[in-house]
Amino acid sequence: MSDYDYDHETVRGFVLSSVFWGVVGIVIGLWISVQMWSAGWNIAPYFTFGRLRVVHTNGLAFGLGVGAIFGISYYILMRLTKRPLLFPVLARVQLYVFNIAIALAALSLFLGMNQSLEYAELEWPLDIGVVILWVMFAVNVFGTIIKRKEEQMYISLWYVIATVVAVAVLYIVNNLSIPAGWDKSYHLFAGVNSANVEWWYGHNAVGFVFTTPILAMFYYFLPKSTGLPIYSHRLSIIAFWSLIFAYLWTGAHHLVYTPLPDWIQTLAIVFTIFLIAPSWGSVINGYYTVGNDWSKMQTNYLTKFFIWGITFYGLQTVQGPTQGLRVVSQLIHYTDWVPGHVHMGTMGWVTMTVTASMYYIIPKISKTDLYSVKIANTHFWLVLIGQLMFSITMWITGIQQGALWKAVSSDGSLKYTFYETLIRNYPYWQMRTIAGVIFTIGMLFFIYNILMTIRKGKALTASQG
Amino acid sequence: MAGDIYRKPILFAIASTGMILVGTIVTMVYPMLTPDMHPKMEALKPFTALQLAGRDIYQREGCNNCHTQTVRPLKTEVMRYGEYSKAGEFAYDRPFLWGSKRTGPDLARIGGKYPDVWHYRHFENPQAMFEKSNMPQYAFLKEVKLDLTKVESHMKANDFPFTTSEIATLKDRTEMDALVAYMQVIGTSVRKKEVRAVAEASTRSREKNPFAGDKKAIELGRKLYADNCQMCHGENGKGDMGPSLADDVFFGVKGDLADDDYYEVINNGIEPGMVEEGRIAKSSMPSFKGTLSREQIWSIVAYIRSLQGK
Ligand code: HEC
Ligand code: HEC
Ligand code: HEM
Repeated sequence: MSDYDYDHETVRGFVLSSVFWGVVGIVIGLWISVQMWSAGWNIAPYFTFGRLRVVHTNGLAFGLGVGAIFGISYYILMRLTKRPLLFPVLARVQLYVFNIAIALAALSLFLGMNQSLEYAELEWPLDIGVVILWVMFAVNVFGTIIKRKEEQMYISLWYVIATVVAVAVLYIVNNLSIPAGWDKSYHLFAGVNSANVEWWYGHNAVGFVFTTPILAMFYYFLPKSTGLPIYSHRLSIIAFWSLIFAYLWTGAHHLVYTPLPDWIQTLAIVFTIFLIAPSWGSVINGYYTVGNDWSKMQTNYLTKFFIWGITFYGLQTVQGPTQGLRVVSQLIHYTDWVPGHVHMGTMGWVTMTVTASMYYIIPKISKTDLYSVKIANTHFWLVLIGQLMFSITMWITGIQQGALWKAVSSDGSLKYTFYETLIRNYPYWQMRTIAGVIFTIGMLFFIYNILMTIRKGKALTASQG
Repeated sequence: MAGDIYRKPILFAIASTGMILVGTIVTMVYPMLTPDMHPKMEALKPFTALQLAGRDIYQREGCNNCHTQTVRPLKTEVMRYGEYSKAGEFAYDRPFLWGSKRTGPDLARIGGKYPDVWHYRHFENPQAMFEKSNMPQYAFLKEVKLDLTKVESHMKANDFPFTTSEIATLKDRTEMDALVAYMQVIGTSVRKKEVRAVAEASTRSREKNPFAGDKKAIELGRKLYADNCQMCHGENGKGDMGPSLADDVFFGVKGDLADDDYYEVINNGIEPGMVEEGRIAKSSMPSFKGTLSREQIWSIVAYIRSLQGK
């Protein structure tokens, strides 16, 4: 037994839990994608689109996303502090609480307990559960860092620390509410103010759940798997501080042309454009790191996951600011363009980077090699194709929708009824379902690979033991 | 030493927190302290118990995943949905329900757009009205009675005025009743249809239908009628959710009105309380101002006249 075995088991537990909830979330993603072109797939009352869509988003953001963040951050933490976790049992308890909380969360959303705040749909009793989980995480992160055996804190630790504090502030403030029974509450903030608080939270949930912790993984695993050092330390410093500074100003770009006071919208748009700089700081750092030896793209299978992942992050952070501009927003806001944008980030950047990190970790803690690099490559190409097809079809139909809504006949009246604009989406929504199936098959290859690696590790230990 | 911070986790955490608080304070905390963020329309009233129960159902069913509730100040959007949204309309919305995706149409001006019966039929089976609509069927709401203890505690939590006898009257109301009541109040603190005073009506100059009796116009009118009106006024104008158009009753009063009165109700739509030639409307009908041109409306009037045998 090494000092790390117990903690590694916890990490593996988080990885497997994250993957499990990922599958649940993705299957529901497929289901709602079908409901969007065939209403017969709704099963009232529990499985209608309105209820399932939030199970999809929460299942993936909190189940796949946060599960992976917990597990992978703990792994990174141990390597960078050169010691086991300070509170190993607490981390194990956190693993159990995490799974119970996600199961209850899914159940409560099926039942229709919903605060109607995007990415903060969970009702107040579950919010308390989430806060408890986060405190457990914070205690271990800070405790372990304080007692570290390595003087300097590497870049990844900066991003983990920023994630811990930012999510705590965001989550608690936006979930402040007036309870009305155990299953219902009303936002403490009303009207325009409620909108402003929610999108201050909502956009930064993207920033501090789908960006900073994923960058922590990127900065750790890219050099590890390629053996190449990060190109510029100074660039990392500038990118980090300017990113966490600028993010918090930008929420109102989700509220362009709403009754929110104009100055808040404009300020948000300005900072949104600025955000390209720190985002691309990391993108450039990634490219130049591998730029020292591009042959890694062929010789090391993980390199392409990270490089394509950061490429999608780069595209995402150019597309996002563009969407914030008023001229663009008035065309694409409220259309399918937005899910196209979202899934380039979640499927292309987040899932790509997270699965690659798991490919790195699982063989390491199973004390063996990956079961099959070939399967990993198949996984890579399938998710890449699935994601591109998803995003591209949604961009096309999104622009079409926006244009049809605005179309005016020569006599000055609107050219299309809403219903006409709706059914024109159906062919694209059907293609999206196919894209989702391709992506899902890719993910199944991934899971098989991970499970077989764990099994191989177990067989090896057994034969040695 | 600035470099020290990368060796001091607590200091680092404090610095990070400081960084994220700057934008937070300027764009979120500070505005909250100004009156700009707490406006209220004069005509806006707190939700009644029934309306709030409907709003709770709207949240529970996640209708906001497909419907927005904010009209942007853009020309075509105002044409499609009506007057753009004002900050003061949402003072009682906890939380706001503006939404972020229009898989279905915006609902910011749905209040008074349709008669109640339209909503009942639509919620029960949207596909019966729009064959390929992807809106789920909510027929089950008709079977569920409101839970009055919850209704009451929800009113209390919001600090909305109510009386226990008001709550008691809701004893036999279903969730569907509540949802329809909520639909009918959304966006009604802003006047949207032009309600013309009676006095003005009697002194204005009358306009005749330029297409009266025109065969081609009547044919066009018939097609437009089938697409836009038949759902409510039935085949050949014999009446359904809306009144018969083939008879000589207008707004429930016997005796027909002139062409331009027809033009006006089709153009502006109808809402309860609207007065036309001294007659008062009781129900609602959508406005066709944005979707039908002048020629098209006159063609429909010509078609209606042909149904009346005129
Ligand atoms: C899957 C997306 C979806 C969900 C969920 C959904 N709707 Fe709809 N809704 C639509 C579409 C599409 C239309 C337009 C076609 C139609 O009328 O059926 C529509 C139309 C409507 C209309 C008519 C609007 C108008 O101006 O003509 C109302 C009212 C409405 N929905 C209310 C609701 C309510 C209330 C809920 C929740 C109980 C809900 N919808 C849930 C998609 C949805
Ligand atoms: C959503 C249902 C609905 C639709 C669609 C609709 N109407 Fe109506 N309409 C009504 C209702 C309800 C009334 C009765 C209002 C009242 O009297 O309180 C009405 C009243 C009228 C009247 C007044 C005549 C009378 O007998 O009271 C005319 C004229 C009329 N509609 C024409 C049209 C035309 C033309 C169209 C299509 C362009 C149309 N309506 C579409 C529901 C509808
Ligand atoms: C098989 C793969 C997937 C399919 C078929 C799928 C499908 C969908 C669909 C149909 C929607 C609703 C879009 C709408 O309302 O117009 C949606 C929304 C969303 N999905 Fe997925 N999804 C998949 C994978 C993922 C993954 C892996 C993540 C995150 C890790 C994710 C995160 C989200 C988010 C955050 C939204 C909300 C988007 C918004 O509000 O604009 N999805 N997805």
